[in-house]
Amino acid sequence: MSDLAATPVTAAAIAAGVRDGSVKAVDVMEAHLARIAQREDEIHAFNLVLADEARAAAAAIDAAVAAGRDPGPLAGVPVALKDNMCTRGVPTTCSSKILAGWKPPYDATVVTKLAAAGAIAVGKTNLDEFAMGSSTENSAFGPTRNPLDISRVPGGSSGGSAAAVAAGFSAVSIGSDTGGSIRQPAALCGVVGVKPTYGYVSRYGLIAFASSLDQIGPFTTTVHDAALMLDVIGGHDPMDSTSIPAAQPSLVASLDRGVEGLRVGRITDLPDGADPDVLERLEAAFDALREAGATIVDVQVPAFANALTAYYLIAPAEASSNLARFDGVRFGLRVDAPDTNAMYSATRAAGFGPEVKRRIMLGTYALSAGYYDAYYGRALKVRRLIHDEFARAYQRAEVLLTPTSPTVAFPFGSKGDNPLAMYLCDLYTIPSNLAGHPGMSVPFGTGADGLPVGIQVLAGTLDEPTMFRVGAALERAAAHEGSAR
Amino acid sequence: MSESRPAAVQPTYTTSHIDFVEFEQGYELVVGLEVHVELATATKLFSASPNRFGDEPNTNIDPVTLGLPGALPVLNEHAVELAMRVGAALNCTIQACTFHRKNYFYPDMPKAYQISQYDQPLNVDGWLDLPGGYRVGVERAHMEEDTGKSSHVGGASGRIHGSDYSLIDFNRAGVPLVEIVSRPDIRTAEQARQYVTELRGILVAIGASDAKMEEGSMRCDANVSVHRAGTPFGTRCEIKNVNSVRSLGRAIEYEARRQIAMLEVGERVRQETRHWDENDGRTHTLRTKEDADDYRYFLEPDLVPLEPSPEWIERVRESLPMLPGARRGRLADLTGMPADGEAIMVVVERGQDQYVEAVGHLGGDIGRALVHVKEAFAEQGPEPTVPATDLALLTKLEVAGALTATQAKAVLAEIVANGGGDAEAIAAAKGFEAMDTSALEAMVDQAIAADPDAWAKFCAGEGKAMGALVGAVMKASKGQADGKAVTALLNAKKA
Repeated sequence: MSDLAATPVTAAAIAAGVRDGSVKAVDVMEAHLARIAQREDEIHAFNLVLADEARAAAAAIDAAVAAGRDPGPLAGVPVALKDNMCTRGVPTTCSSKILAGWKPPYDATVVTKLAAAGAIAVGKTNLDEFAMGSSTENSAFGPTRNPLDISRVPGGSSGGSAAAVAAGFSAVSIGSDTGGSIRQPAALCGVVGVKPTYGYVSRYGLIAFASSLDQIGPFTTTVHDAALMLDVIGGHDPMDSTSIPAAQPSLVASLDRGVEGLRVGRITDLPDGADPDVLERLEAAFDALREAGATIVDVQVPAFANALTAYYLIAPAEASSNLARFDGVRFGLRVDAPDTNAMYSATRAAGFGPEVKRRIMLGTYALSAGYYDAYYGRALKVRRLIHDEFARAYQRAEVLLTPTSPTVAFPFGSKGDNPLAMYLCDLYTIPSNLAGHPGMSVPFGTGADGLPVGIQVLAGTLDEPTMFRVGAALERAAAHEGSAR
Repeated sequence: MSESRPAAVQPTYTTSHIDFVEFEQGYELVVGLEVHVELATATKLFSASPNRFGDEPNTNIDPVTLGLPGALPVLNEHAVELAMRVGAALNCTIQACTFHRKNYFYPDMPKAYQISQYDQPLNVDGWLDLPGGYRVGVERAHMEEDTGKSSHVGGASGRIHGSDYSLIDFNRAGVPLVEIVSRPDIRTAEQARQYVTELRGILVAIGASDAKMEEGSMRCDANVSVHRAGTPFGTRCEIKNVNSVRSLGRAIEYEARRQIAMLEVGERVRQETRHWDENDGRTHTLRTKEDADDYRYFLEPDLVPLEPSPEWIERVRESLPMLPGARRGRLADLTGMPADGEAIMVVVERGQDQYVEAVGHLGGDIGRALVHVKEAFAEQGPEPTVPATDLALLTKLEVAGALTATQAKAVLAEIVANGGGDAEAIAAAKGFEAMDTSALEAMVDQAIAADPDAWAKFCAGEGKAMGALVGAVMKASKGQADGKAVTALLNAKKA
């Protein structure tokens, strides 16, 4: 057996090595499983580790290579799946008690595509229950710890997927982002996280939180890996009516084009709330892009300030409907009771945690007769306004830069009792979900306590290629800054 | 939609002191109908599972049908096409539309919401003409998915309350429906029956549905109110569980009387949903307006707007076959018989109007052919096995006076029984001969002479006496005399 520590780290390097036979997929897998064995007890990134299945899949990849077959662009790459993606015959929980014992009879499209590309699932990662939260503290199975400082949260809701990549449990992972659930934990764990344009990646098999906002995307250690992942998982899916029919250009191909001549927008009316150490890094990011040849321009997006309010009406409204199917009739938990209505109540009371219940009630209220116009109806108008204002901003600047998260990773329990404080974690990420536009978080140095700061790059509909050019430039600048230190 | 029902005993209203004379004199009935129709697609509205009635329970299912977490709906294009055909046949505007979620909990509703259409339905503003020409407005005809089917086992009522357990069959869940909502233009129970019958004929003719009320592929709810003529419409009640055209009429009449009875004693009609009970012939409260669900409609985020192109809409309109109303009109023009008369209604409903026309094209008498087909072709489908030429020949012989109506009937029976036959040969084999007037007159005279008593009575105006005389002539002619001709001769002789 080769030296496990010497196996490649990035998905690109792993796949290249596995495909040309210089690296064995089984060795790559053992290296990752060894790190899981070493640290998973303290991190709790996973709800389920699929060690045996992953070893068997890695051996099959090596056999394919030996037989002269190409196992695909992600050959032998260990991938962790957020536990709200359906996996056939493998428990899928949404970190909720209400799905206890449920094994989906089908794979999510993204799971199918990853497997077809040669990637190997190492496990299902922890999340805030039904992806509702920003710290994984809302998981019914206990929180995930930030691998960079285990006294702090990894962010959420895709905290397990972010931690898995940050801890080297998997080379890449998959998350879902409804209001920032990929980008914010990526920032807090110091990895790359991308929420593509709504419809870029099929949602078939993603257990819905808020259908009009949910989008699947990758966590990776490099911008290049993120592009590679999106090239695999993106594209039209006939099983998802909202997936975009248009062909998507390769993002990997766009990475090396630099930022010369690009206009990078600074939002002058960006809502307050970010810590000074975070804002300092944002300024450094503008400087770095200017040095790389971009122009910094000022833009206004007045509706940005209303995004959070609109989001906390629209997302819970959709969630209240999406989560109604968890009724104890066909799958998951059922708490028996004398009649059907009592069974519904008992099952849902026992199965859902407090944050999920809070949002179901919020959403039900917002949609109710007599309140619809004042709440849900107005939120839809704000959403339209946000979309239009961002579309105008992208006429002045190809991309916009903001902090991903107002703060670096925070200690456990520091916001747990205050839902509103927790909701503010997504202040800067929510607008792009409402607009349907893409956004990515790129690690850009550190802030308070030496913890990573993520810079968010936002772009217009389907302008992932430009967004990735800027992300790659920031990554280069951060590496240069790091090596200069 | 399935409903839970409160077990409370409802007051019932006897109809003894309100009869229809009073009803018609004092009150006007106002009815609007909501008809749900299952579309005849191969697969479901949002998934690839078969849309098939009568299969083993829970075999036509998949993650979408069961509302499993993560499953997403994908709209069935054929269902859209059929729904557009319904809209076109009902003279609707076919328009760009959206889908909404209608949220409520029920065990046979897998997602706890039904995907339906709300403020932007596919088809709007059409009409349906009843056979007599009365026009009923069609407000909308929108698409939605069906629910599963619950059966409640144990307990006395077969309802969920008091049952030991319930079984759910999800085969029906996700079956495409069109809900056709009429305007409140219907004024009598008979019009309501005609509306549903005519609608059924249209749906079958355009291939949108088999529209079988007994199998549940066509279901009808009635909104019923009464008011005094010249005053605003009364408060309406929605009547559910009407499972046949006959029940529809009974339910509407009962409900109208119930409401009138309340008004007559100074009570107010409450807006509520009521359940028709076929066994006791009454409607019972299902839920009041206060208990009604708040469906929290919102735009279905898993689907995109449906925008049929003008070319598609045009193609659908052009592909429609001739509808029953037009076919009746055509047959009325060809035969001179009333379009809403029994013969034309029956023949068009059976789809045998083309056949009747074919007989006409072959030189047959189309009026006689229509009556023969109506009388003798009940067992034959839209494409009768009897060659049209055979029926044409039969009617030609009648027109020529070679066969009396009575003889023709006997020949026709044999033709139908044998699946065809030469009318001339059959008539000859039966010994039928053309009977000239002088021969018939001789037989009539003979009958009068043989029974002067009957003749006297007949001349005195006793109609019954004619029967004896006609019967005597028939006997003498061995059944070959034409009854009408005999009657005419008797009358002529009396005068």
